[in-house]
Amino acid sequence: MSMLSFDFMRRALLAAMLMGVAAPAVGTFIVQRRLALMGDGIGHIALTGVALGLLTSTSPVLTAVIVSVIGAIAIEVLRGRGRTGADVALALLFYGGIAGGVLLTNIAPGGSTSNLLSYLFGSISSVSRQDLYVVVGLAVAVVAVITLFGRELFLLCQDEEVARASGLPVRFLSMLLAVTAALTVVVAMRVVGLLLVSALMVVPVAAAQQLTRGFKSTVLVAMVFGVLSGVGGLYAGYQRDLSPGPAIVVIALILFVVAVAARWLTRGGLPGRRPRPRASHGHERARDQRHAVPAPVDSDAEVTS
Amino acid sequence: MTDAVFNLTAGEVRLDGRLVLRGVDLTIWPGEVLAVLGPNGSGKSTLIRALLGLIPLSGGRTEIYGQPPARFRDWRRIGYVPQRLTVGGGVPATVREIVSSGRVARQSRLRPPSRADRDAVDRALAAVDLSERGRHSVHQLSGGQQQRVLIARALAGEPDTFVLDEPTAGVDAASQAALAAALRGLVHRDRTVVLVAHELGPLEPLITRCIVLNDGRITHTGAPPRPVGEHALPGHDHVHPHGPADSAGPLATWEPGP
Repeated sequence: MSMLSFDFMRRALLAAMLMGVAAPAVGTFIVQRRLALMGDGIGHIALTGVALGLLTSTSPVLTAVIVSVIGAIAIEVLRGRGRTGADVALALLFYGGIAGGVLLTNIAPGGSTSNLLSYLFGSISSVSRQDLYVVVGLAVAVVAVITLFGRELFLLCQDEEVARASGLPVRFLSMLLAVTAALTVVVAMRVVGLLLVSALMVVPVAAAQQLTRGFKSTVLVAMVFGVLSGVGGLYAGYQRDLSPGPAIVVIALILFVVAVAARWLTRGGLPGRRPRPRASHGHERARDQRHAVPAPVDSDAEVTS
Repeated sequence: MTDAVFNLTAGEVRLDGRLVLRGVDLTIWPGEVLAVLGPNGSGKSTLIRALLGLIPLSGGRTEIYGQPPARFRDWRRIGYVPQRLTVGGGVPATVREIVSSGRVARQSRLRPPSRADRDAVDRALAAVDLSERGRHSVHQLSGGQQQRVLIARALAGEPDTFVLDEPTAGVDAASQAALAAALRGLVHRDRTVVLVAHELGPLEPLITRCIVLNDGRITHTGAPPRPVGEHALPGHDHVHPHGPADSAGPLATWEPGP
């Protein structure tokens, strides 16, 4: 491919592939934990980090890492405090992140908000060698965390109380997952931009779970979809002179639609896949009903029953 | 007192400002099979979650194997079976993945699952009669089968003490039978079992002690209360709290599944 003859395209391709692997890997856990939009929140906060980098003339990628990790920890602490007020506190963090980012950039010498655009929407072709080193380091860290702590994170995301009753360090693991998500946000920031970061953590997972039966296979298929989207979007952007970031997200969405269609066409037809329980277990269901006790309406009811 | 499994003294729990447990004293000894009965909202689930330290006490104190929950470290001795499978964000998981996660307290981070881990998971699946379903997605199973998966997850950890929150709620007859068989196996191996139930059904002969909760207080301790009249019918979920303590009879008749 002629696009590989350019140095910047080779760097862009590597960055896109690393993001394609890292973002869905973390994303699967985040989605199962019902924190799909956490990536968006961290992305907003990371903008302040980018602006701090511009202001102090250090690498915006590095300052974004620091600020988004602090932001992720703050989000977890607020979440842990219980529901009351946590929403609003989170909203304050998110909007504070955007507003702080724009204001700090204005203050920066020679800074204009147009500098921020490449971070908001991605600017994969301007990835410097130094950026790439940071991105490689972060992606390795993300994959290492998922490999080492995957079993514990899986149980945490399945049922936090069971995780606690199994002696897992639940608070530490929640923080670890949030911090890993923050690192992923920065990996993806240069590629798809902060506003679309979450898409790569969520959409490939949503696509993969149409086709899989297990958690591990969902992670792996989502990574394949992530890399396909990254490489495909970059190539399409290069060929047609489009912004690669949005092109990557659009390809991920197309993969999702194709996965839904494939599932719909083969429903019940995949080897070993059981049809919906309602259809095949009507008899058993009927028995269930007969023995049933009134189901708790929500989690609060479960607490008091 | 240090050899009690759970030791709750004057336990009080407040949820959203409401007193849900009002001064409960409960000591559970090794080898006991204790059933916690009582109507909806009487504080059954709250009681066992307080025993495990999953919700904080607003008064009194509790110990697990002689340690307050915050300082207790030997969690591999405890197997907790929650009321239901959480769906979360809906990412699929296979039966085997869920059951294997019950081994997590026994595994090291750096080592892949060992032969012993895989064997324990195989035994747990067999114990609840789901050996054939290991590769299926849990979300495609019936409610009763999902309940069995959760029990298998606890079994896989090979704990000394099992704490089950309503294992029989909404469970089909085949699953009730599998559950009773699994519990019988535990009782034979002198495990401690604490279970919350609406109805005991086929589990009833295994129970060594019952407590009945009403409005956050223990109102009955002793043998399982005897059902009266139509209360004995299967599917009837009302528990009669004031049965004579000495007359242990079947709470509900149970027909084996097809």
